[in-house]
Amino acid sequence: MSAISMKVNGKAVCGTVEPRTLLVEFLRENLGLTGTHVGCDTSQCGACVVHVNGKAIKSCTALAVACDGAEVTTVEGLAKNGKLHPMQEAFREHHGLQCGFCTPGMLMAAVDLVKRKGKKLDEATIRHELEGNICRCTGYHNIVKAIQAGAENM
Amino acid sequence: MSDTGIGARVKRKEDHRFITGKGQYTDDINLKDQTYAYFVRSPYAHATIKSIKIPKWKPEDGVVGVFTGDHVAEDKIGGLICGWMIHSKDGSPMKAGPHPILAQGKVRYVGDHVAVVVAESKEQAKAAAARINVSYGELPHVVDAAKAAKSAAQIHDVAPNNTVFEWSLGDKTATDAAFSRAHHVTKLDIVNNRLIPNAMEPRAAIGSWDAGNDHYTLYTTSQNPHVARLVISAFHGLAPEHKLRVIAPDVGGGFGSKIFIYAEEVVCVWASKRIGGRPIKWTAERTESFLADAHGRDHVTHAELAMDAQGRILGLKCHTIAGMGAYLSTFASCVPTYLYATLLSGQYAIPAIYAEVDAVYTNTAPVDAYRGAGRPEATYVVERIVETAAREMKIDPAEFRRRNFVKSFPHQTPVIMTYDAGDYDASLEKALEIADYRGFAQRKAAAAKKGKLRGIGFANYIEACGIAPSAAVGSLGAGVGLWESAEVRVNPVGTVEILTGSHSHGQGHETTFAQLVSDRLGVDINTVSIVHGDTDKVQFGMGTYGSRSGAVGMTAIAKALDKVEAKAKKVAAHVMEAAEGDIEFKNGTFSVKGTDKKMAFGEVALAAYVAHKFPTSEIEPGLKESAFHDPTNFTFPAGCHICEVEIDRDTGVTEIVNWTAVDDFGTVINPMIVEGQVHGGITQGVGQALTEGCVYDPDSGQLITGSYMDYCMPRASDVPSFKLDFTETKCPSNPLGMKGCGEAGAIAAPAAVMNAVTDALGVRDLPMPASPHTVWKALHATKMAAE
Repeated sequence: MSAISMKVNGKAVCGTVEPRTLLVEFLRENLGLTGTHVGCDTSQCGACVVHVNGKAIKSCTALAVACDGAEVTTVEGLAKNGKLHPMQEAFREHHGLQCGFCTPGMLMAAVDLVKRKGKKLDEATIRHELEGNICRCTGYHNIVKAIQAGAENM
Repeated sequence: MSDTGIGARVKRKEDHRFITGKGQYTDDINLKDQTYAYFVRSPYAHATIKSIKIPKWKPEDGVVGVFTGDHVAEDKIGGLICGWMIHSKDGSPMKAGPHPILAQGKVRYVGDHVAVVVAESKEQAKAAAARINVSYGELPHVVDAAKAAKSAAQIHDVAPNNTVFEWSLGDKTATDAAFSRAHHVTKLDIVNNRLIPNAMEPRAAIGSWDAGNDHYTLYTTSQNPHVARLVISAFHGLAPEHKLRVIAPDVGGGFGSKIFIYAEEVVCVWASKRIGGRPIKWTAERTESFLADAHGRDHVTHAELAMDAQGRILGLKCHTIAGMGAYLSTFASCVPTYLYATLLSGQYAIPAIYAEVDAVYTNTAPVDAYRGAGRPEATYVVERIVETAAREMKIDPAEFRRRNFVKSFPHQTPVIMTYDAGDYDASLEKALEIADYRGFAQRKAAAAKKGKLRGIGFANYIEACGIAPSAAVGSLGAGVGLWESAEVRVNPVGTVEILTGSHSHGQGHETTFAQLVSDRLGVDINTVSIVHGDTDKVQFGMGTYGSRSGAVGMTAIAKALDKVEAKAKKVAAHVMEAAEGDIEFKNGTFSVKGTDKKMAFGEVALAAYVAHKFPTSEIEPGLKESAFHDPTNFTFPAGCHICEVEIDRDTGVTEIVNWTAVDDFGTVINPMIVEGQVHGGITQGVGQALTEGCVYDPDSGQLITGSYMDYCMPRASDVPSFKLDFTETKCPSNPLGMKGCGEAGAIAAPAAVMNAVTDALGVRDLPMPASPHTVWKALHATKMAAE
């Protein structure tokens, strides 16, 4: 077992984990942050995307010990002081979610996309950049619209 | 129309918790002293179980218990059932083989559930499961439905030739006579590729037994928790219904795959008593979803269409082999029969139809309802053969359809259904205009200049939703009635709770159902909450599938609201000292006709609970009403989807460049949500047509497409933005005029895509999925033939 500590959503946290414990397990099981989801076992669905040190990663493919000392943001940390993040607002406004299961990963990937590619995003770019996030409900139509609108408001 | 009433694009009430990470799915729930289950699954497609050797565990292994089929037999826990009886042509009942919740003596597909390990942690359960040594005796297997009847594999003793039933619908003599008069007959062999549903949330369960009260609770990813309770109680015999609570909290998509009662969920709740009542949690790994969720489709069909010289359809006949998998899942038998052959008339006035369906066992995961369930298969047959017939007869495919449309309603088809309302010309004409059908030739020429092959394809689908009139489905073999229930609880302050037997797992019921209440009672939508998914709270329900929650579930709510209004009028009459007949209710206000006396809805609610001003011997205090609604007919959503593709000659990649959908869903409660349902449905259908296909290796019986590495889910870049529009003919069989919208896209899309792809390639047919490899091979075959 290893003792680790990190900053999650701005709060210092620590815990004891097995070397094999994944970051997503640490977030969900140890910290009770169940907004981050697990939808597959091959790192493809993207429901588990979080930000580690400012970059989007799939938390099902990172060991918790490897994130010792890191700054982590999950979907629970997107809204600040009770105010929704513009990307969250945009998903609601444009009906970018149905069952909600892929949504946390979509939001975290979308915020990262804007950071990397800027606020003016064309449809082709958004669709291409979403290759690591699968949604079974929305047909992506409204997710694309939401990300475009959310990006402009960020 | 108010801002929040019927027809308004109200933003979803449920979204806040999902976008902030506060949704509560089954795997998000942890109970005190919880243990974890991991299933030992068969690595063989078909084998006897010779022995199961369980190691002697050490404390550090963390094993709490290991259970097998022997324990299940010891506790007399019944097997999984199929709730719809189909009789063969010869009158014999379908051959349902036993389906124990843990295998007894034999396994019948890769992934079949053999034993369960319960341990202190997930990791320990998984590690211990790997150490259980099961000795198997391999048997011959078959995975291909078309080969099952003649295979050496004998999957169930009760089913010789692996045949579940040989069923037929329609008039053979009349159909043969129609074909004998034909000017032209089009023949087509069609495979409806097997699919794996893949809701993004894997199935999960937490079962617990309360020793103090001898009471069970099951949290589960279900589309219909009451049906789960009914089956677990009545057929598995675990506990009577009042001793079993089933809760389906937030559920991350279903698409049919979460209708069914599965072994794993039953095992968790049963085995909890075996370990003294500690809760047992199981969450499927995605690989298990691939292996053990019920799959969809898997039809092999030969169809023939007879026309007169003018291209008018005289008759349709088809023979379908339907793969059922290794066991009959909960509703498996009705999918390739009453949900399939009854829709073979499509949007067309076809005088004679005859369909034969042979259902067979294969050594594969069970096959059951998946988004559309039978209706996509029917639409694929009809729309592919209609398109092919039009091409063969050199009639424009739109014109061919127009000539054959049902024009007057009600229309009795030769295959049971009575279409009650529709306007198929209207949706076709609108779609042709939006898609700029006239400009297609020009676009095709422009594409050719870029070296691309452009094609256009139609799907004029019809489906049957609002499932279903109980007596009708009962006469066809259903083991349940398919009504829905609702309860309207008005609180003393005038806020409203709706308890519904429908279950929302992405459909947005918390919003649309509240819109109905806001519309009817004139109350603020934020004062309405929707309660669902808990058998202890909701009186009963048949759940959500088959696009039934609007037409059936909301009608039940509407009926209960009528009763609330009627009672509130009585109360208001007493309080305002007026005759009941003089009370009017509008926009949330009760008023006395011809006076300025009025009371707000909330005031009447309070008066009903305070009960000071009316005789309680005549009127009971309180304001709470319930209703059960049984539909009088199916509903018949229909529409026209037009797909335009461009194919790259060098790579075989198909790009969807235009998609037009014009649907008639009757009354639309919330266009934003309905559009979302259509977008999602189309994309699932595009997945079937271009990317998805379940593959079992015929030699080993292994599932080749067992992960997202091998099973290609449609990504954002596989689909365009869609152009949607609606036409509206009200459904006459429910007071709201609703038809249902959840499956339309998935029903229409495969035929629209494949008609476009075959048009672009100039080929008669192509198997789904039309992957780049498949398309490239077809391009080369054409090229080679030309050379």
